[in-house]
Amino acid sequence: METQSYLPVPPGVGMEENFFSLDDILLSHERLPSRTECTFPRLGFLEKSSDSRDIQEGTKMEMPLFLAKGLYERKRRVVSVELPKVYKEGWRTVFNADPTVVDLHKMGPYYYGLGSQMLHFDSPENPEIAQAVLQTFIGRFRRTMDSSQNAYNEDTSALVERLDYLERALFRAGQSGLNSFQNWERGRASTITASSLVLNYRKRKITDLQP
Amino acid sequence: MFCEKAIEIIRELHRMGDGQLPAFNEDGIRQVLEEMKALYEQNQSDVNEAKSEGKSELIPTIKFRHCCLLRNQRCIAAYLYDRLLRIRALRWEYGSVLPTNIRFHMCAEELEWFNQYKKSLATFMRSLGGEEGLDITQDMKPPKSLYIEVRCLKDHGEFEIDDGTIILLKKNSQHFLPRWKCEQLIRQGVLEHIMS
Repeated sequence: METQSYLPVPPGVGMEENFFSLDDILLSHERLPSRTECTFPRLGFLEKSSDSRDIQEGTKMEMPLFLAKGLYERKRRVVSVELPKVYKEGWRTVFNADPTVVDLHKMGPYYYGLGSQMLHFDSPENPEIAQAVLQTFIGRFRRTMDSSQNAYNEDTSALVERLDYLERALFRAGQSGLNSFQNWERGRASTITASSLVLNYRKRKITDLQP
Repeated sequence: MFCEKAIEIIRELHRMGDGQLPAFNEDGIRQVLEEMKALYEQNQSDVNEAKSEGKSELIPTIKFRHCCLLRNQRCIAAYLYDRLLRIRALRWEYGSVLPTNIRFHMCAEELEWFNQYKKSLATFMRSLGGEEGLDITQDMKPPKSLYIEVRCLKDHGEFEIDDGTIILLKKNSQHFLPRWKCEQLIRQGVLEHIMS
């Protein structure tokens, strides 16, 4: 196997985020339709649609997940978050019927990650949301695994374009395993190879020099 | 909205998913720190006002800014940490001497970290395997023979092997050399390992 030297912090599992994970940071930047349940004085400049000095109670705005999570309190009314369409009942029925046809990259691209994070907001639909996310994963996994294990030496962009980021990571892992196995079968497992990192740096250097 | 610059520097790193190191975004970091300073000062002033004049309606705003402060802090910490992971990978892929164009992408503190990491690794390797130590950056794949056939991919000049013989590494020349001398050059793309 091509040994990996760069080991980035992976995204968290389930409802936990990993503090240093770049994926989790990008995921928690996604904007959610929300409504303020109290006034936020002196922050009116953040809200383009009104000229007020304050953000009034009951303002509808798009809030990034990290902010909604940080401000949300179960007992007090500070902010309320609406479920994105893709986790609501309508879409849940679609996923239930056939999860494999949905373009999760367009509907996401962090469908599973964001779905898990939505559980923090104590919606009464939480059990259904959790079930939907889980069943969708189970329904789609087989195809992702099969295609990653059978696409050898070909352009995989068509296979990958409708997968969300979690599925893409799994696909890559499958491809890496497939390539290593093929190498071993051809007796090439003990050939010392150039480091892919070094080759990438060299490619970039050449494009840097071009005007 | 706050924290836009912070997410920008994270995106910059995330775009290079293979582990390459982009230039150190000193300007980006400076801007995030400036935003943090402004948020902190505004919050300090509002906290004092809330305490002295009993204006508890300021509390949601204070929390809002605090959330953004924590977010900026997280982004900077993750940015710096991920860069260190990439720099560490450089030691294992490139060896202990980095090409100048990569060194230019590192800030002074990162270069210092790289030097310290090299030293720690070297100390550790010396402590293994009895008196001589053990180079664990070699033999990444289990070796099958002591000597290997290699072809030169680019001109690399003269190369001395253990018995004193000097080999001229000219592009396209082929040689039969000891494995332990060639491994690094193969990893760096100078030589190519040929299997018969």
